[in-house]
Parts: sequence; structure tokens; C-alpha cells
Amino acid sequence: MAYKPELLATAASLEELRRLIAAGADAFVIGEARYGTRLAGEFTLEMIAEAVKIARPHGVRVYAALNNLMDNEAAESLNTYVSTLADVGVDAFVFGDPAVLMAARSHAPGIALHWNAEMTSTNYVTANYWGRRGATRYVLARELNMEQVIDTAAASDLEVQVQVHGMTNIYHSKRSLVGSYLDHQTEPERLPQKDKDRGLYVMEAERQDERYPIYEDINGTHIMSSDDICMVENIHELLEAGVSSLKIEGIMKSMDYNETVVRSYRQAIDSYLSDPEAYAFNEEWLEAIQQIQDPNRELSYGFFYKEQVY
Amino acid sequence: MTTIEKTTPRYQGKRHRLAKPELLAPAGNLEKLKFAVHYGADAVYIGGQKYGLRSNADNFSFEEMKEGVEFAKRYGAKVFVATNIYAHNEDVEGLEEYLRALEHAGISAIIAADPVIIETAQRVAPKLEVHLSTQQSTLNWQAVQFWKEEGLPRVVLARETSFKDIAEIKKHVDIEIEAFIHGAMCSSFSGRCVLSNHFTDRDSNRGGCCQSCRWKYDLFVDDMPMYDEEEDKFTMGSKDLCMIEYLPELIEVGVDSFKIEGRMKSIHYVATVVNVYRQAIDAYFEDPEHFELKQEWIEEINKAANRPLNTGFFLDEPGAEDHIYEPEEKAAPYDFAGIVVDYDPKTSFATIQQRNHFKVGQEVEFVGPEGTFFKQTVTEMTDIEGAGLEAARHPLQQIRIRTLKPVKPMDMMRKKLGRK
Repeated sequence: MAYKPELLATAASLEELRRLIAAGADAFVIGEARYGTRLAGEFTLEMIAEAVKIARPHGVRVYAALNNLMDNEAAESLNTYVSTLADVGVDAFVFGDPAVLMAARSHAPGIALHWNAEMTSTNYVTANYWGRRGATRYVLARELNMEQVIDTAAASDLEVQVQVHGMTNIYHSKRSLVGSYLDHQTEPERLPQKDKDRGLYVMEAERQDERYPIYEDINGTHIMSSDDICMVENIHELLEAGVSSLKIEGIMKSMDYNETVVRSYRQAIDSYLSDPEAYAFNEEWLEAIQQIQDPNRELSYGFFYKEQVY
Repeated sequence: MTTIEKTTPRYQGKRHRLAKPELLAPAGNLEKLKFAVHYGADAVYIGGQKYGLRSNADNFSFEEMKEGVEFAKRYGAKVFVATNIYAHNEDVEGLEEYLRALEHAGISAIIAADPVIIETAQRVAPKLEVHLSTQQSTLNWQAVQFWKEEGLPRVVLARETSFKDIAEIKKHVDIEIEAFIHGAMCSSFSGRCVLSNHFTDRDSNRGGCCQSCRWKYDLFVDDMPMYDEEEDKFTMGSKDLCMIEYLPELIEVGVDSFKIEGRMKSIHYVATVVNVYRQAIDAYFEDPEHFELKQEWIEEINKAANRPLNTGFFLDEPGAEDHIYEPEEKAAPYDFAGIVVDYDPKTSFATIQQRNHFKVGQEVEFVGPEGTFFKQTVTEMTDIEGAGLEAARHPLQQIRIRTLKPVKPMDMMRKKLGRK
């Protein structure tokens, strides 16, 4: 079978979904915060159904986000939720809690399962472990380097998904940390909203150039990376490795931004696939992104070319 | 109930309920292991040279593990090894050999989060029990059910679970539940924090955590600071967990293993905390109807505490009062001054191994297992040859002092920190 990697995007609304389909996205992760973690926007079941209707004629797939760490209450409502999602016609469940596996097996058999526990998906043996338990895809931790990504793609029996663009989560707490801090202060009412559209960030004394976005939602407090991964220049390395899915994370970005990014990666991927031997990177793909990039946020290679110690 | 397709062996049979919950203590090295066991831990968990999350601790060699297991056996206690990293591809090589060596050393269980370690242990070292680490952040009973069907006899719950959550889990799944009841806590979901990776290129999920959650941060909205000059800065740092006041609730909700955090903590800390929980658990089981929290237990815990204490997520979600915005005072108010190595009832002189400076005229406390406790002033002090001394200055020096009451080997002598 011909190698056909997928360009995976997120969407904050049905409108963004339509625009990113037009820009070249092959698939989307959408959902609601009760079940999904750190979503670009909130999609009710009705909206997910609508998204499937919009996407299907284009051959575009819709994956439902169920990647929260579930509490008992959420876990107990999973059976109904997964069977409804199956009826709606989503193509896969993205999950990071075994409770979802249990629910999917009994109430939505046949739906593909993508294991995504974010920072804890770090080796090929564990990929295959989840594969034997029903997962079809392993979403790699963003903290892996290129060599580890290539080795895992080669040694895993599952599809491998890698984030190629956008911000990443670097800390997730169940606590309401911004709220607690404000309560501790002398004027606790100074900040009425703490959600991801508020433009909140933290800065550390010795890292004054780095702004780490922070926000709260029903799943707790989230701190995000100060840089955006951008692998468009080196996308061929991931394509050569046979990575199945390349994800553009669109959380906390404008629709225009995500559209530009999707278009650049689409062009790069199509160019590579049309003739891998003759592929050459076109600077315009990167320049288009640079022009719209927030100057306070560096475009980086994430951990792809870094060595970490411990 | 769904069936699970799997290739690993399942846990066979129903486990016997423990008569009492297990008191599980950390042991950063062999000496700490001995103190934890001597002061009443039913089991200790340690780190080996690889696969553990405390790469800075002076972790155990296999020889030390064997000695630790032998020592623990004399008290009927068990030794567990934390193999709780999330492994990268390069960590896979050598794993089988390591796990077999743990089994050979007489280790009772490993505490693991990553399926590669869980599955490999089940395959190559079947005598090792596999306990699911808190690093998996397990919060619900379906996930617990999943791990039970995977053959695990015990799950260490996420530190975000409440009494209500634990009751729900115990109601649905017959499996041993281990919960942290005392010590420092990640303020993030365990395993879901890579601050160290981003700030210092150290991999937190392989033992490189540099505790960035306890650093202070400036909070901004757009470019506007969310604090005034005189106000405390933002932090994620949490107070430490202490559940001594809720012991009956922990027992009654059915927690099977009470876990104390702190492989990096001192002998004095571990022995003091274990000592208190041991006495409290035993007192409860002796007479549950008339169990009462003793004020002296709380005082003891406070003598070893490094940070202010709270009840984590057990009762309610933590709020402003559960985090530490003020500058931290690192030191506990009391410290270890010496260990009793011998006692001569004829002369009332104890031989003490020095662990910290102390001198004639200083007020000290003696503490031992099973409630041994008294205060005195150091009056007569000599070296091992009997020559009079004014102060014990040399680390590990053997010192003789007259004690007010009889003491036993491994009793601790502590002093109040600071001048007066």
C-alpha cells in the first residue's frame, strides 16, 4: 500500500474545520472538555455530528478526544458517550485512560483507538502493549528526540503520530492554581476570567524571554510551552521514517494562523510524496508561517534535536 | 464485563485481605531501610541503580538490596523497588536482566507505571508482584478494573483521589489499594509534568525532576503584571500531605497500604513519621471504638516536618491555603543528634553514635519505637575511653552520656535546632 501520511489538525469551531479542510487537513481531533484534554474549542455531540457530515465528503476523518484522566463520574458516563459517538460516525477515539478502552470494547467495538497519554508515551514496547489491547495508533510524547521517533516508528506495530507544529502542554494539575493564587492575594477579584483566551502567562526570574501560557478549565490548570514546535523544514525526516500522522496543534492560535500553517505543511508533504527523491524544501513554506508567528513565541524544533539528561 | 485479549499471565485467585493496613515507608539507603523497619514499617520501598525516579538518591546496589531484604525479613517486613520511570527505547535493553536480579535479591514487589516494565516483569520475574505506580494517575474504578485484569494485585491511586473516590473504587473492584498518606506531593498529575525538561533539559519522567513547581513565577495577563510589588509571587508548590488526623477514615474506607513519601528524606524524618503512624494504627486496631488521636503524635510529626501540612485531595480540592506562596523555611525544627548503639543499665550510660553537634547543657529528646520518649539535659558526657567531653563534634564519633531512663539500640537522640 502506498504511504499516505495524514496531516492532522485541531479546530475550535465548525467554521475553522471547514477552512482547514480547504487548506489541506486530512483529519481532526475535536471534542468537549468533559472528556477531552486541552482542546482548541468545545464541540458538543451535535457539533461533532455536524463535523462528521462536513468532513466525510472530503474524505476527511474526525477523531473524538477522550483523553482526559477520568474521575469515577466521567468514567461511568463513558459507555453512553462512546456509543453515541460511534453512532455519530467518528473515525477514532483518542484516549489516555484505560477506562476508555473498557468502555469502547463493550459499547463501541470497531472504532479505532488512538493511545495518547501525552508525555508518558515514550517507547515502542509500550506502543505494542497498547496495540495488543486494541489501540491502532500510538501518539508519541513531544519530549522524544528524532532518533527515538524514528526507532519507535520502525519498531512499533501501530500507526505512529507525531506533533510537528504548535504549542505543547508542559504541566497539568487538577488544582485551580491561578484561582488559588488570586485568592491568596490582597485583591483576589482583579482577574475575573482564567480561561485560555485570557492571555495569561507565567515568567520565571531567570528566563525573562520565555512566556509560558497558563489557563484553567474544568480539568484543572494547564501550563503550555513558551515556544511553538515548527518542523516544516525537516518534515521529510519524519516522512522518511514512515510516521503515519503529523499533527498541527492549533490550541490558542487564530484561525488565520492555523490555516497558514496547514497550507504550508500540506504543500511540503505533497511535494515530498510526489517525488521523494527530488524533494527540496521551499523557504516560502516557512516564511508564510514566520510572517504570522507571534514575535514573543519562538519557532523551535522542540526536543527533536536535543539531548536530555536525568 | 468485557474480556481482555492479552498475552501476559493474569493474577490468579483472590488475595487475602490484610489484617491491618500495611504501613509502607520510603528508604533512600540501607541505613534508612533499617530504621524504617525497626520503627514499624510493614514494608519499605527503595530505588535501585536503574529505572527509578530519584536519580539523585544514593540508590541500592543488589548486594545492599539482599542485606535489606534479610534485615526486613527478621521483622516480617517486605521490600519493594520503585521502577517507576517512563522508559525510552534505549532503556529497554537490560530491563529483563535487572528485573530478574530484583527477583533474585528477594524483592517482593516492583512499583511500575510503564507497561514495558509491567509486562516484562510479569514475563521474566513472575515472583515479583507488580504494583501500579501513582505515575499512572489512576482516578477511576474502571481503570483499576483494567489493571486488575492485567494481573496486577495492587494499584497506587493518583494523589488526586478523595475519600469518596476511594470508596467508589473499593466498592467496585476487589484489589489492594495503596494511597499516599504522608509527605511531599507533585502538584501536577503525576507523570504529567515536563517543566524540568523545558527549563533544564532534564527528563522528569526518568528521574530528572528539578522541582520547578516550587520555584516562584511572575503572572501576567497580556503584558500586565497580576501582582503588586509587595505581594507574593505565583507558584505551583503544594504543602505536604499529612493524614494522621484521619486515620480511622483511611482504615474504614479500606485503603490497604498507607504510603509515606520521601526516599530523599533523612533517617530522623522517616523514623519519626513511621513511629507515629505505627503507634496510631496499632492503637486503632487494639480498640477501634475508643480510638483517640493523641496530641503527642501531631507534635512528633511536626518535629520532622519540612513544610506546612494539609490533607491533599482527600476531603476537598486544595485551595489558596494549601499552597506555599511565602518563602520556604527548609529545615525541620528538630534534628537528629545521635543514635543509641548500646546502653549499660549498671551505670545508666548510653553509647551514642554522633550524627550532629551536641554539647553538655543542651536539651535533647530520646525517641524510640513503641512510644519511648523522654527529654533531658546532657549532663555527663565522655568519649568511648571515658575522657570527659564538653561537646560531641565529630561525625559518627562514639560518645557516652548518662540518660535519665533506659534506652535501646536504634533509639534516636534529637535536639532542637537553632539557639535555644
